[in-house]
Amino acid sequence: MLELPALGWQSIVIFVVFALSLLIATYCTYAERVIAAFLQDRVGPDRAGPYGLLQPLADAVKMFTKEEFFPSGANTALFIFGPCLAMITALMSSAVIPFGNVLEFGSNYFFLQGIEVNIGMLWVFGVVSLGVYGIMIGGWASNNKFSLLGAIRAASQNISYELAMGMSLIAVLMISGTLSLREITLQQSVAGEWHFWNIVKQPLGFIIFLVCAFAETNRTPFDLPECETELVGGYHTEYSSMKLGLYLFSEYVNIFVASAVMSVLYFGGFNFPFQYELRDWLVSNQDWTLAGAQNLITILGTVLLFGKIFGFIFFFMWVRWTLPRFRYDQLMRLGWTILIPLSIFNILLTGGLISFGIIQ
Amino acid sequence: MQPLSNRAKQVDKKPMTLAERAYLPAIFQGLSITMRHFFMKKPTIRYPEEQRPFSPVFRGLHVLKRDEQGRERCTACGLCAVACPAEAITMVAGERKKGEEGLYREEKYAVSYEINMLRCIFCGLCEEACPKAAVYLQADKMAPPRFERDEFIYGKNRLVEPVSPDNRSKRGIQLTEEQAQQLRAKMDAQLA
Ligand code: SF4
Ligand code: SF4
Repeated sequence: MLELPALGWQSIVIFVVFALSLLIATYCTYAERVIAAFLQDRVGPDRAGPYGLLQPLADAVKMFTKEEFFPSGANTALFIFGPCLAMITALMSSAVIPFGNVLEFGSNYFFLQGIEVNIGMLWVFGVVSLGVYGIMIGGWASNNKFSLLGAIRAASQNISYELAMGMSLIAVLMISGTLSLREITLQQSVAGEWHFWNIVKQPLGFIIFLVCAFAETNRTPFDLPECETELVGGYHTEYSSMKLGLYLFSEYVNIFVASAVMSVLYFGGFNFPFQYELRDWLVSNQDWTLAGAQNLITILGTVLLFGKIFGFIFFFMWVRWTLPRFRYDQLMRLGWTILIPLSIFNILLTGGLISFGIIQ
Repeated sequence: MQPLSNRAKQVDKKPMTLAERAYLPAIFQGLSITMRHFFMKKPTIRYPEEQRPFSPVFRGLHVLKRDEQGRERCTACGLCAVACPAEAITMVAGERKKGEEGLYREEKYAVSYEINMLRCIFCGLCEEACPKAAVYLQADKMAPPRFERDEFIYGKNRLVEPVSPDNRSKRGIQLTEEQAQQLRAKMDAQLA
């Protein structure tokens, strides 16, 4: 293990990750519209700025200047607290994600990660599960039956799918033997040995995890909490102005985090194929120093990790504009009678494969 | 029973097969369809920058014509207003004074002539009704959007054609057979 980075560096990284999550979430709203438009043979927003790139700014101005509305009979304190909690939890989970390996300057090492904890995975799960409280509180405080129904749906849906998600994760833990996201990433590529990304060892687990990620982020086909056709706007029916903005935003931050977690767990995080060959080639043929070559690999890895994340975000949107929504009983049946047994089977399968030494 | 079209489909409620219950094949099929659409050419016309070509028989914004000597043709007979199914035209008639022969062609002329573009349905009946070949619906202009309702009431200042022949509408008496054919050819080319 390398020496711990200075506190100052850590706070810089956290600040950058925080800003990046917000920026990416902002531009997700734009990407969502453009992708939706393209999938439906339209061109999407193109009026604000070149290619409509200033659209998120225009949206923000709109959101901030809208009337701040409180329904009568609402619990004002909780009504405000709901969206804040949704946003805080969404942002908190990005702190432990390793966005890159280590940068080396002289004897100083800089990790491209907010906080390195050996329970990173538990942190993400714990914080993401808290997110449903934001929805619950908001739905409850609105004093509106549609909001309440949306909130109840969100809660029961998240509980149902968290089980399958957690169990598909256990299979990953059986392979890696650690909860630290950095360790899991590093294990997916070790210098000198050929180590595969976890997706190769865990295809079934990945599919279960992916489906559950859709359910956890309340995205179509599992967006029953905000199901417009039945529940007006679901849990945010009564919300207006930036409080609504925070809810919509937190959904995109959640998507970003879910994409990052999937990239780290199953797609090698910041590793990319032939990175060590590239480093050795730079050192031996191009007279690079080892540290310089390593830094280049780190930066490339970070860029590629973001590429993977954006790929997943695109996939989220692609699915949203392709599939219709599940019925509520179908959603529950899928969760309890298909995904949970499948994930248990996946654990047994992984255990069997490990004990026979086929994967490690 | 005789099927009307050959597209009738037998529906039944048989239990889903395993592949259908797994959802994934159907999902991938759907995803591939939307991905194909992602790369398709978009039919959108970005309006102010790009414009769809008008048909040669398009009926757009009205114009009040002048004759070859630049005099207003309208004699305020009111036939257009009577013909108008939407009652969009109002006018006030006046008598031509001595010395105004260069301005108005007939002894009677329209002191004011207003068309309410919000009422107008652009049917062209006013054009058909006019005995003096004075009012025409242009093929190449339409009433643009505006913020206030009263701005849609077009008076003579906006309806009567400018004196300079360059600015004259291409529609009606100015459009020769040759020009019309050229316009048609251009539009066919654009539509093809
Ligand atoms: S086009 Fe039709 S509706 Fe419009 S002013 Fe002429 S007659 Fe009236
Ligand atoms: S435009 Fe034609 S029909 Fe209408 S008042 Fe003038 S001359 Fe008569």
